[in-house]
Amino acid sequence: MTGERIAIVGVGQTVHKSKRPDVNTAEMCAEAVEAALADAQLTIKDIDCVILGSFEPADGYSGPDKFIIPELGCVGKAGFEMQNVGTTGAVACATAFNMAASGLFENVLCVAWQKMDEAAGAFGRGGGGANEYWLGQFPMSAITNFARRTYDYMTRSGCTEEHLAMVRVKQDQCAQRNKYAQLKLRLTIEKVMNDFLLAWPIRRLHMCPTTAGSAAIIVCPEKRAKKVTKKPVWVEDWFTCHQGGALTMAEDPQASTLGYACKKIYKRRGITNPKKEIQAWEVYEPASTAELRWMEEVGVAEDYKAWKLFEQGKVGIEKEIPFNPSGGVTATNPIGCTPVVRVVEASLQVRGDAEEHQVPGTINRALATGYGGQGENVVFLLKKTL
Amino acid sequence: MAQRVGIVAVAQTKFEEKPGLHIGELLYQASRDVMGQTGLEFKDDGTGIDCTIASGYDLMSGPGGAYMFLGYIVGAWQREDERVIEDGSMAVYYGAAQILSGHADVALVVGYSKETQIDKNLIECLSMDQIYQRRIGLDFVSAAALQAMRYTTKYGITPEQLAKVVVKARKNAQNNPYAYCCDNLTVKDVLRSTMLCDPIRVQEAKPTPVDGACALILATEDKAKKLTKKPVWITGMSSCYDHHELGYRDLANCNALVTAASKAYKMGGITNPLKEFDVAEISEHYSYQEPLWSEGLGLCGKGEGGKLIDSGKTEMGGELPVNPSGGVLSGIPHCLAGMHSVVECALQLRGEAGKRQVKGAKKALAHGVDGPAGQLHCVITLEN
Repeated sequence: MTGERIAIVGVGQTVHKSKRPDVNTAEMCAEAVEAALADAQLTIKDIDCVILGSFEPADGYSGPDKFIIPELGCVGKAGFEMQNVGTTGAVACATAFNMAASGLFENVLCVAWQKMDEAAGAFGRGGGGANEYWLGQFPMSAITNFARRTYDYMTRSGCTEEHLAMVRVKQDQCAQRNKYAQLKLRLTIEKVMNDFLLAWPIRRLHMCPTTAGSAAIIVCPEKRAKKVTKKPVWVEDWFTCHQGGALTMAEDPQASTLGYACKKIYKRRGITNPKKEIQAWEVYEPASTAELRWMEEVGVAEDYKAWKLFEQGKVGIEKEIPFNPSGGVTATNPIGCTPVVRVVEASLQVRGDAEEHQVPGTINRALATGYGGQGENVVFLLKKTL
Repeated sequence: MAQRVGIVAVAQTKFEEKPGLHIGELLYQASRDVMGQTGLEFKDDGTGIDCTIASGYDLMSGPGGAYMFLGYIVGAWQREDERVIEDGSMAVYYGAAQILSGHADVALVVGYSKETQIDKNLIECLSMDQIYQRRIGLDFVSAAALQAMRYTTKYGITPEQLAKVVVKARKNAQNNPYAYCCDNLTVKDVLRSTMLCDPIRVQEAKPTPVDGACALILATEDKAKKLTKKPVWITGMSSCYDHHELGYRDLANCNALVTAASKAYKMGGITNPLKEFDVAEISEHYSYQEPLWSEGLGLCGKGEGGKLIDSGKTEMGGELPVNPSGGVLSGIPHCLAGMHSVVECALQLRGEAGKRQVKGAKKALAHGVDGPAGQLHCVITLEN
C-alpha cells in the first residue's frame, strides 16, 4: 500500500437486542457513535468524513443515511453510504480505511446498523440477491444453503449432529460473557439437538438471529492516530473476495472464498503459521455449523478435522484456539452491521479491553471477517504494533 | 490531493426504456465498452483491473445486490466488488479515493438504473424519516416542489426563466445520440404542460422511467499515462450532507453544495469557477435546480441564477456551457445522473463529444446530487 498507514482509534456498539421499540434507527446509531467517540475521546466536531452502511431491504428504507446523518450531528460533513448485502459492514469498514488512507481526511467515522424489528428481515436471509431468472426461482436462502454445506461437510468429515451442537454450545458460552451479545441461552448439547428443525441438519439454534443493533469505528491516518490515542489498533491489511450471485446447484458445497482470501492475505503479509501468528479470531459464521469449515479455511485446523478440536474441548476463550470469543454471529446478527461488530470485537481483543471475554495473553494480531450472500468474504488483519 | 487520479476510459448506453434488458446486460454493455477501449481485463498479477465500484439502489432497480452480476458477466471475480448507494458521482469519488489510498491501481466504476422495474415515487417516499415525513407521503418531487416554491418566491425567479432551462436542455440533447428526450420544446410548451406538483410542471421534471448504465475506468497517474494518450485528471472532489428535515433549512439556499464546491475548488485550485471552467455538467432533476445549483457552485451570486439563465452565458457557445449533453432533463435515470456528468465532462475534455463538443475545453465541472431537495451533493473538478 502506498497510501498512509491507518489505525482504529475508537470503537463502539449498542447492546444488541431482538427488538428496540424504545428508539428509532437514527437514535440507535447515535448510541454506537457516541460510544465510539467517547472511546476515542473525540467529539463529533472532530469527524470530517462519515461512511455509513446498512442492508436497506432488511431495514425498510431506501437511502436511510439521509435521515440518520442529521441525528448524528454530521450535517456539513463529507461522506456516503455503502451497501453490499451481507458484507455491507465489511465494505463500509474497508471504505473508511480507504478514505483515511487517501490523505483526504483526518478522522473518518464508520457507522453501520440494522434494525430488523422494523422490517421483513427474512429478505436478508432469503435469495434476494440471486439472479431472478435462474436462481431466484429456488428457495436458496441462507438456511437451505448452510443445510446443504453442512450435510456435505458431515459426509466428508464424519462428524455427527452432536459435534454440531458442541459448536453451538461453545458459542453460547462465549456470548454469556459478552455484555453486548443478544442471545445468552445457557445451552446444553441436548437442548440444541432437540431444537426445532429448519432444514436438516440445521436447527433453529444453529442459525443467526434477527437483531436490532449498531456499531461504529473511528479511523485515523498514522500521525493523527498517535495523537488521538495511546492504544491505536493498526489496520495491517484487508482483502476482499466477492463472487456473489454465482452459486449454482452444481457447485462444490465446500467451495468458499474465505480460504482463497486468507491464502492471498497471508502471502501478502508473510504469515506462514496463522495458528501461531494470529492470536484472536472473529470470523463471521451465519450458521454455527459453518464455524467448522471456516476454522479449516482460515488455517487453525486441518481440512475436515475441526470437529475433533471441539470433541477434545480445545476451542474457547481460555483454550488453545480462541475462536469467536464474543459469541459470534449466531448470538448477534444485525446483518449490515455484523462485520463491523467483528472488527470492533477484534480491536477490543488487540487492545486488551474485551473485559469478561478477553483472550488471555498478549494479542499481537487479530483476524476479523465479513461474510455475505453465497460467496463473499472480506478478511481484515489488525495489529497491536506496526 | 497528493497525486492525480486519471480517467482512462468512459462509456454510456443509450438512455431509453429498456424493459426487455436484464440489469446484467446493461452492466455488461457499459463495462465491456470501457474494457474494450483500454484492453484491460480482470487479473490478479496487478496488470489488469483491480476492483469494481458500483452505484445503484436495490430498491430503485428491483433485485437485491444487482451489482454482483458484474462477477460472472465481465469476470470481476474474487476481488473487491463494492457499491455506493448514492448518486453515481459518489462512486467516482470513492473510486478515486481508493486509488489515492494505494489499495487499488486501476478501478472499474459502473452505475446502473432500471426505472422501468419500479415505482419511483414510492421508493423515494421510503427515503424519508418514518415518523414525520413518510406518513404525509413526501417524496422527492413534492420536496423539490417545496424548494422550487421557496426559491422562486424569495428571489423572484420567473416561470419563463425556468422554462428556458428545459428548452436549452432539450435543444442540447439533439446533439447527443445517447439522449432520451430531444424534442423541439418552446417556452410556451413548457409553461402549458400539465402541473405535476405546483410549481413544477411535467416538462420541468426529469423524464421517467428511463433505463441505462455508465462506466469509467480510473487509474493512478502513472498507469493512466500508460493506458491512454488522452487521460482526464480528477483534480478536486468532495461531498457534503445537508439537513434531512426540510423545515431545518432555508430551501432557497443549498449550503451543502456551497461546502462541497468550496472544498473541491480548493483541492483543484479553482478561484473563479465561471471563468476557469470551460464546460459544466450539473445534475438538474427539475428545472429550478439549474439556477439554484449554479448559485451553490459559485457560477453566480445568491439569487442571480435566473439572470444567469437570461444572460445566455450557460448556453452552447456561451462563457460556460452548462449541460451540453442535455443533462438529466433530457432523461438520465435516478442515481446515474452524477456519473453521467463525469462521463460527459471526460468526453468533452478528450475532445470526443461529437456534435455537442465545446471547443478547446480544458477544465470541467461535474456535479451529482441525491436525497430530497438536494440533501447530499458531490462536486468533482476535472482537467485534461
